[in-house]
Amino acid sequence: MTKELFSILLTAILTQNFVLAKFLGICPFLGVSKKLNTAVGMSAAVIFVMALATAVCYPINKFLLVKNDLEYLQTIVFILVIAALVQLVEIILKKYIPALYSALGIYLPLITTNCAVLGVVILNVDEGYNFAQSMFNSVGGGLGFMVAMVMFAGVRERLESCEIPKFMQGLPITLVAASLVSVSFLGFTGIVENIFG
Amino acid sequence: MAEKKGLIKEFSKGIIAENPVLRLVLGTCPTLATTTSVESAVGMGLAASAVLVCSNVAISALRKVIPDKVRIPAYIVIIASFVTIVQMLVKAFMPALDEQLGVYLPLIVVNCIILGRAEAFASKNPVLASALDGLGMGVGFTVALFLMSSVREILGAGTFYGISVPFLAENPMLIFILPPGGFFVFGVLMAAVNRLAEKKGKPRAELRGCEACPMAHSCALNKKEESKEEVSKK
Repeated sequence: MTKELFSILLTAILTQNFVLAKFLGICPFLGVSKKLNTAVGMSAAVIFVMALATAVCYPINKFLLVKNDLEYLQTIVFILVIAALVQLVEIILKKYIPALYSALGIYLPLITTNCAVLGVVILNVDEGYNFAQSMFNSVGGGLGFMVAMVMFAGVRERLESCEIPKFMQGLPITLVAASLVSVSFLGFTGIVENIFG
Repeated sequence: MAEKKGLIKEFSKGIIAENPVLRLVLGTCPTLATTTSVESAVGMGLAASAVLVCSNVAISALRKVIPDKVRIPAYIVIIASFVTIVQMLVKAFMPALDEQLGVYLPLIVVNCIILGRAEAFASKNPVLASALDGLGMGVGFTVALFLMSSVREILGAGTFYGISVPFLAENPMLIFILPPGGFFVFGVLMAAVNRLAEKKGKPRAELRGCEACPMAHSCALNKKEESKEEVSKK
């Protein structure tokens, strides 16, 4: 059981990385990775919201939608729950934990339309994961997002001081750099099966 | 006559001048994820276009009814409803495509092109213009996906729309249909488009991140960076 959970966690972080293998959350990955501290702040907010969204959406799906044969409403319900949740978290943090709000708050509105959050909730349903498996998958996905963001922020800081041909400057070289980071993650293929198989 | 020309322009601007993927750099997730084969890319493009046209029409028709304060949640509900309809149609009539697109089909809800057009265009313009704007943007999105997926499928799998290409079919370069190939082809394509745009005297496409994001107005990330700049100026 624990073995299986950790295999889900490692798969989500390394072999099936949300950003580099599944292409979820590309906008913040390219947009907010210029500086290391914003990259870390954004990823922390993503981990938090992904875990929370899964914890809330799982019971709603199981006890409300599936029980009443309303599975076709999943997309609408999930996105609304996530949007409401993000707003709620923002308000609560602002009122009661201002320190945390000033660290994470600015990233929260961006996360509503982040495909990684809705993506992980839908993937959990598609894979038929139970509650523990869903939570491990979400946290793993969030951690994977953080690993990718932090690594890429480092790469981009180095890129700033490089001489780049004019036509590659800006977005093109960023994408090619992302491609190389993604190649390095291909190296993890099979590692999870070897450890837990 | 002038009105007609204006409408044609609403349609055509989305295809080249303001192509959502190649010029505005929106909707990057589906662009990278679904372009492993031409078939799934075109399917994705058409599904997103259908949602885009329908949601633009609905939002434009309701633009005077929706209160300004809750417009984003209202748009999300409208968009999610159309995505659900498209999802059901694809599941019923094209089960193979549904399997290929997988999680990316419901994720059309969070495609920034659709919410972006709702916020930037449909909420301010009449129904016909909004429909044409949605159609043009949809065609532009599909064309961009088609370009990306053609390169990736021909080089990576040695086929084009399932038909094998001589020479390449025997030795396909698998990396192009793996995730790194997606980033690489997109980067090279952006470089080529930027080069063409520069020749015509147009600005290069840049990742606007915040400006293009429909949530920008409520996002403090902009404001914080601005205030930091002000401080550093002082």
